[in-house]
Amino acid sequence: MNISKQEYEQVAKKHAGSSKMYITIPKAFLIGGFICCIGEFFMNLYQYIGNDNEKSAAFTSITLVLISALLTGFGLYERIAKHGGAGTLVPITGFANAVVSPALEFKTEGYVLGTGAKMFVIAGPVIVYGIAAAFVYGIIYWIMGLFS
Amino acid sequence: MAKYVTDGTVELNGGVSVHSFAAAVGKMEGDGPLGDCFDYIAKGAELGEKTWEKAESKLQQYAFDIALSKGHLIKDDISFIFAGDLLNQCTGSAYGLRELNIPFIGLYGACSTMAESLAMASLFADGKIGEFCAAVTSSHFCSAERQFRFPINYGGVRTPTAQWTATASGCCIVGCAEQPPFVRKITIGKIVDMGVKDANNMGSAMAGAAYDSITRHLRNTGKAVTDFDAIYTGDLGQVGSDILHELFARDKVNIENIHKDCGLMLYDMEKQDVHAGGSGCGCSASVLCGHILPRIKSGELHNVLFAATGALMSTTIVQQGESIPGISHVIELSDKCI
Repeated sequence: MNISKQEYEQVAKKHAGSSKMYITIPKAFLIGGFICCIGEFFMNLYQYIGNDNEKSAAFTSITLVLISALLTGFGLYERIAKHGGAGTLVPITGFANAVVSPALEFKTEGYVLGTGAKMFVIAGPVIVYGIAAAFVYGIIYWIMGLFS
Repeated sequence: MAKYVTDGTVELNGGVSVHSFAAAVGKMEGDGPLGDCFDYIAKGAELGEKTWEKAESKLQQYAFDIALSKGHLIKDDISFIFAGDLLNQCTGSAYGLRELNIPFIGLYGACSTMAESLAMASLFADGKIGEFCAAVTSSHFCSAERQFRFPINYGGVRTPTAQWTATASGCCIVGCAEQPPFVRKITIGKIVDMGVKDANNMGSAMAGAAYDSITRHLRNTGKAVTDFDAIYTGDLGQVGSDILHELFARDKVNIENIHKDCGLMLYDMEKQDVHAGGSGCGCSASVLCGHILPRIKSGELHNVLFAATGALMSTTIVQQGESIPGISHVIELSDKCI
């Protein structure tokens, strides 16, 4: 080879294009914002028909998860996500997509070893570290409570 | 008998020819700029099968069957079959070819498998070990995605350096014949690790291997880049091709006009959303069997280097933090016997 690994890294870096952030960030903002607007619409709707805040929030999450799961099943969510990026990943719809897509994909390996075992292959780490973070936060909150 | 030159290069006796060849591809590849070249274009990704793995195996079957019928052969004429793919334990090939009852040698060279299998089939043919030998490879976008990346319906965003696994298969049937295209020389690739750790940047991981094998082939055979009508690399994509050009430029050799990359040829880089280009065993296999070999046969191309490239990684090893070794095997093809 006519090049060291260090030099090669520089050459490779030079030729690897990066994402066009001036396009991807506004798109993520708009599409993510639009999903939140849909959430707000359902929140208001559920409140309008006589539910309290807590119930309306739960119903809104359930509705968004349902819509995302259906869109994933029809192969449409990934098309929106291609443009949405973090805008479709961060809201609860992204979480639903991360659970439903492996559940469907690995159906061919059976309902137990396929769908059942692989369903949380993407979302699993989010749940694990979400719970771990909540636990740490709870301890800190408790310690702070002792001194106040 | 084949003659060992030096440092991995073998010169064939002359008269080893790709008797017949066929390429079977998916819909997206059929819609690409080479769409007219392929022998079979699938209507959908499933090919009428229930799983992606079965679909890939079927594509490989089609490529083999078409190559056989184009060469006016029956399956009993094939003495050995060399085949490989990207699926774990090479199951795309094993299941695709299991009904054939032909002595089978499974190979793994990642996306370089077409060159690897063609090299082995040519060496067998040159040694008169059997009459005809087949070299087959395939890849399928969906079966590769679920094995190496994410489920198809997952809304993850691909990086600009990521490549698109081609749904494609190619088959070459090699024997001693008087018709071109002839396999003249072979340089077996070395495992070259340039320290690239990003599994979404295969072009970078493989460009060093392509440079090593092509320069070794030229040096060992006493030829220059200008002795060839074209040098085709397997699937370096845009990123890997740019790196390869720069590596040659450091030696004061300009290959930009002669070099073509199968990963950049298979798709319309403007209209089809494949990021840095195509990849997968089937990518270079289908371009070889659909585009390159017919042009040598017709005399449009005279001397060509075909250097398929592969990244010898697994998701497990990459997750453990290891870098990605690349490999590239070079096949010198010509319209002349000697």
